[in-house]
Amino acid sequence: MKIVRGVPAREVLDLDYPRVAEALVRFVREELENRGYEKAVVAVSGGVDSAVTLALAAQALGAQNVHALSLPHRDSSAASREHAHLVAERFGVALETVDITPMVEGYAEQTPGLTPRRKGNVMARARMIVSFDKSEQYRALPLGTGNKTERLFGYFTWHADDSPPVNPLGDLYKTQVWALAEHLGVPDAIVHKAPTADLEPGQTDEADLGVRYRRADVILEHYLKGYPDEYIVGLGYTPEEVALVKRRVNRTHYKRHLPAVALVSSTAIGEFYLRPLDFRLED
Amino acid sequence: MVRHALLQLRPQKGQIRRNLAHLGEALLRLEDEGIDVAVVPEAYPTGYFLQGGVRELALEAAELEDRLAAWHERHYRRPLDLVIGFYERDGSAYYNAAAYFELGGRGLVHRHRKIFLPTYGVFDEERFLNRGHELASFETRFGRVAILICEDFWHTVTATTLALQGAEVLYVPSASPARGFDGERPANVERWELLARAVAGEHGLYVALASLVGSEAGKLMSGGSLIAGPEGELLARAPVFEEAALIADVDLERIAPVRYDNPMLADLKAGLPLIFPELRRQVEEL
Repeated sequence: MKIVRGVPAREVLDLDYPRVAEALVRFVREELENRGYEKAVVAVSGGVDSAVTLALAAQALGAQNVHALSLPHRDSSAASREHAHLVAERFGVALETVDITPMVEGYAEQTPGLTPRRKGNVMARARMIVSFDKSEQYRALPLGTGNKTERLFGYFTWHADDSPPVNPLGDLYKTQVWALAEHLGVPDAIVHKAPTADLEPGQTDEADLGVRYRRADVILEHYLKGYPDEYIVGLGYTPEEVALVKRRVNRTHYKRHLPAVALVSSTAIGEFYLRPLDFRLED
Repeated sequence: MVRHALLQLRPQKGQIRRNLAHLGEALLRLEDEGIDVAVVPEAYPTGYFLQGGVRELALEAAELEDRLAAWHERHYRRPLDLVIGFYERDGSAYYNAAAYFELGGRGLVHRHRKIFLPTYGVFDEERFLNRGHELASFETRFGRVAILICEDFWHTVTATTLALQGAEVLYVPSASPARGFDGERPANVERWELLARAVAGEHGLYVALASLVGSEAGKLMSGGSLIAGPEGELLARAPVFEEAALIADVDLERIAPVRYDNPMLADLKAGLPLIFPELRRQVEEL
């Protein structure tokens, strides 16, 4: 008698990356078309998220229609700058460098006691200002690069990294972005380095977060789908890791929404008056 | 043979004139194919996700008929039957509807209003729309057919009911955002195909699924339109995500021999009285 064993049903984080890439390329092209744009701006940090976004944009729009921006501060690591150049070269996109040091330091000079954390946020917001100005200069839409893990953790500067109107990676966990990066041919040095916001010297994401991405992503996926803590612990995660992940998600819901508005009418925007963001009427 | 064209089109949100013109262009490109029946996806004239904007963009069935008939009279040389999904306004009520028009003939032949309004996950239909309450097959110049819209078809009891009424072709306009990217095709597309082939094979009828494409604020409508034959075979399948026209000949004369070999519908009619009391008891308990 032949014994055949079934495979238990389970949540799957591993995706068919060629298919994901095709869908995201189409997403970028169509969302820009819907808004009347043919070109994009991508701020390239030297990290894997912006490298993947640049690759998708180049495929969607043609490399000549993508403006890559390197926006270093004098304290940015040399590796970040080098990797920004490397990724632009790999995908055939021209790279423009705008040094944000004068913007940031101009504010820092008149702000005694500016902590490294606050200064990091100023840097992120300076980059947002440059990206949107370049958007207007080139009539090119800024693309967001934030991934699902950092969005869920609120691990980004509010009204900075999250501000671009079109984001292809926002529903992909960090581990999925890594795999997509390999499929798209992002240079190994970028895929395999420790992720960092590079806002403070020596900073790494995983040290800041207190949990490894590869573990956090599995916990997040199960938590979002409604599995109880005990189930997740049963998959090999510690109660402390589960608690940490849940705490980070639940302290940062506000960062994933528009600001709270006092509701006083039955036409309150986004509460009663509901229209999708692509809603239009005929002229 | 009844030649069908399933038009997997990408609408621009809210741009009804432009979308109907785009449909007209697609039909004219296929004019030499001798299409008898064209099938257009759910909510095609406006796009699918409208939220409260359905109040501003819904059309009366007569208004849609007038626009289509005017186009047909001006541009098309032969009669054309058209199944099209649209948001319908009827007085103060709004429906997710689909109509069967005989252009160059009887005009509006039948209208189906979606019964199962998905209101979970990414969907929010029941917040903005009224439910339909009727499930009816109807006669066309080619035969007896019926319409189901998207989730209507995911409850196979609807197709069973229509098969019992004598429908030999089920038209299914749909709009399905792609999700589940762990396989060669999105999981929702695989599920649609599984269902369509199973329903077609179970009842010995044709299923013609026309599915919307286009990115609606990040929701990538998946396409994957298809037509399945009475043995559950796939007659044609469209690619995902891109605009396409599927052309397939529906041979209604195949249905009788197929059902003779595989008399599931006849067996169902024989057995239904045995299970109906239990079904009724379940419904009465709701």
